Amino acid sequence: MKAKQRVGVMLLGFCALLAITVASTVTNAATSAKELVSITIGSKVFTESVILGEMLRHLAQQTGIETHHQRQLGGTRVLWNALLSGEIDAYPEYTGTLLQEIMVKENLQTEAELKQALTAHGLRMTPALGFNNTYAIGIKAELAERLRLQSISDLKNHPELVLGFSNEFMDRADGWPGLQQAYRLPHQNVRGLDHDLAYRGIASGTLQVIDLYATDAEIAYYKLRTLEDDLNYFPVYNAVIVYRADVEQRAPEVAAMFNRLAGRIDAATMSSLNAQVKLNGEAESAVAAGFLKQALNLHVGYQIQTAWQRFWKHTAEHLILVGISLSAAIFFAVPLGILAARRERLGAIVLGVAGILQTIPSLALFVFMIPLLGIGGPPAIMALFLYSLLPIIRNTYAGLKDIPPAIVESAQALGLSSRARLRIVELPLATRTILAGIKTSAVINVGTASLSALIGAGGYGQPILTGIRLDDMGLILQGAIPAAMLALLVQGLFELIERGLLPKELRMQTNEVKSAS
Amino acid sequence: MLLISQVSKHYGDAPVLAPTDLQIPGGETLVLIGPSGCGKSTLLRLITGLIQPDSGIITFEGTELSPENILQIRQRMGYVIQEGGLFPHLSVRDNVTVMARYLRRDARWIDGRLNEVAQLVRLPEKMMRRFPAELSGGQRQRVSLMRALMLDPDLLLLDEPLGALDPMIRYELQQELKAIFAQLGKTVVMVTHDIAEAAFFGHTLVLMRDGRIVQTGPFNELAQTPAEPFVEQFITAQREPMAQLVEALR
Repeated sequence: MKAKQRVGVMLLGFCALLAITVASTVTNAATSAKELVSITIGSKVFTESVILGEMLRHLAQQTGIETHHQRQLGGTRVLWNALLSGEIDAYPEYTGTLLQEIMVKENLQTEAELKQALTAHGLRMTPALGFNNTYAIGIKAELAERLRLQSISDLKNHPELVLGFSNEFMDRADGWPGLQQAYRLPHQNVRGLDHDLAYRGIASGTLQVIDLYATDAEIAYYKLRTLEDDLNYFPVYNAVIVYRADVEQRAPEVAAMFNRLAGRIDAATMSSLNAQVKLNGEAESAVAAGFLKQALNLHVGYQIQTAWQRFWKHTAEHLILVGISLSAAIFFAVPLGILAARRERLGAIVLGVAGILQTIPSLALFVFMIPLLGIGGPPAIMALFLYSLLPIIRNTYAGLKDIPPAIVESAQALGLSSRARLRIVELPLATRTILAGIKTSAVINVGTASLSALIGAGGYGQPILTGIRLDDMGLILQGAIPAAMLALLVQGLFELIERGLLPKELRMQTNEVKSAS
Repeated sequence: MLLISQVSKHYGDAPVLAPTDLQIPGGETLVLIGPSGCGKSTLLRLITGLIQPDSGIITFEGTELSPENILQIRQRMGYVIQEGGLFPHLSVRDNVTVMARYLRRDARWIDGRLNEVAQLVRLPEKMMRRFPAELSGGQRQRVSLMRALMLDPDLLLLDEPLGALDPMIRYELQQELKAIFAQLGKTVVMVTHDIAEAAFFGHTLVLMRDGRIVQTGPFNELAQTPAEPFVEQFITAQREPMAQLVEALR
């Protein structure tokens, strides 16, 4: 029986996908069990944080304990929550961020108070690493020389200068509005723009004064001078390592290693390490190792993955994300679509909920999953799964609803049971529409999966993210091109499946009657 | 064979069938006729259980139709609709044998029976592998009839089976259908709006209007002793153009 075979193939496919899902869940569970005796480092989405993260990884590995580094995991909130929940054990942070952003409600004043507050959260903090990565005001050294500018106060005498600030700095109360008030700066010509563009602006001369971070690699490159904050307006952003208190029990030697960094990195050193990565294109791992050798006389072995190794790793990660989430979506969405077509009222609810899910911006959906499922693969897969539901549900529903009533009634009048009608008549006739829905979902899924890198799930988003951070178009393309290729490949794959699955007569439905009576 | 008593049906507020009684004796061909919307198709669909009556009882060979037994009873009814209702993704053979295979009938029995019904409706062997889209309208109706006859049902229900065919093929198929009915001796309920077709097939005609039966009886009775002026109007309305044609030829 042809129809039966077809359904059989579909069922077999579903079972295989289900098996893969289960298998990968089991492996995930296995790995998380292993993590009990290992250390996981996190870092934020900017170069300095990744370099410091690599240092921590090298240091922890020196003790012989297995160590992972979740690179450029996300912003402050993501890392803080991951640390609290124990998904990571340590990450580089700044005292200013801890005081002004994370624990702003607790209104802490001193570092001693901060340490106390961290202890209350079950956390520890190393002494300051030695550099203060606060906001600074920069100007071309040559121009500063000419105008005799040493401190921010000196700017008062030069209202003709054009100021360009990053959008964040323009908006923050403790950014430009506060700065202008504190120093009574008279400047009228102030622009908001992207931080990276500000450097180009100052190089080309359209801007004369910009905001920057004290350890930006570009300071030396563009020959800038940072003006002294003579009124101590900017808060102190001393770099520290925050780590979970239980590291001191689980791996006291690792905590001791972290503390060896205290006071070893000054602003100039950090700036030059940033420059090695950002301007010379060296690998963070190598730069971190180089520093440890020079400053602490530690010889750490490190491997830098080749471009191919990275490519295969990202491909595998991406395929796992897409494979599991898409198969689960097919597995749930097709029955939901059938349910929607059979039960009008329930159908309206199902389609409504799936529709609302689709309107959530994808990035937000990923972030919503973090409190529920933590960081890494599971929340990314869940978000992708939810995102893939609607096109399949909607097309299954439409495919079944579009079958001419005469055909449905004929099947009924033959005496076929409801289930048999679905299997023998309705699903085969809706196959084309259902597959079109799956194709749409697959392409959306492959594209959206690139965002998974933002919550530590890897995939092709990883090189894209790194490329954006390092302003490296080549790296961005290393992620973007395979992602696009994969989308095309998946689409082609489903077209092949369609060709195999779809009965011949439906493919040539447009062909008209050939023979006469 | 089939007993309909006080069966009625509403769609929303609109009554489509007033409480109706009808008795269909075995071996007879009964034709439901009337203008569009008179309730004739509704009555047929009630018999197949495709829709449920609001009130009343339908009894098929002593068994009252219910949602629980309708699937079994449908196997003893053959049903043919206007466009055939063939499954476009199945070949002629698969369309005809789908129910027999679902019931896991013996494969040799299926092949034998398939040949029988194919010969009965005079469909050539080479058509068996074709798909509905590759058939003409007349061939499709033959296949639809094969499918209806496959399990040798006691009752054959036809809803405007020839309505979509062009006049020549329609005429040809009318002749064949009548011969087949005579040969099989089955109980047949047919719906049509064509009075000539009704008179040609029906032992008994049931003329309906606005959801109720106006008159039941052989064509002669309807023509000679109309129960209402409507009966006469209905017959004349379809006869008149032909009469004018005959007049013109004289």
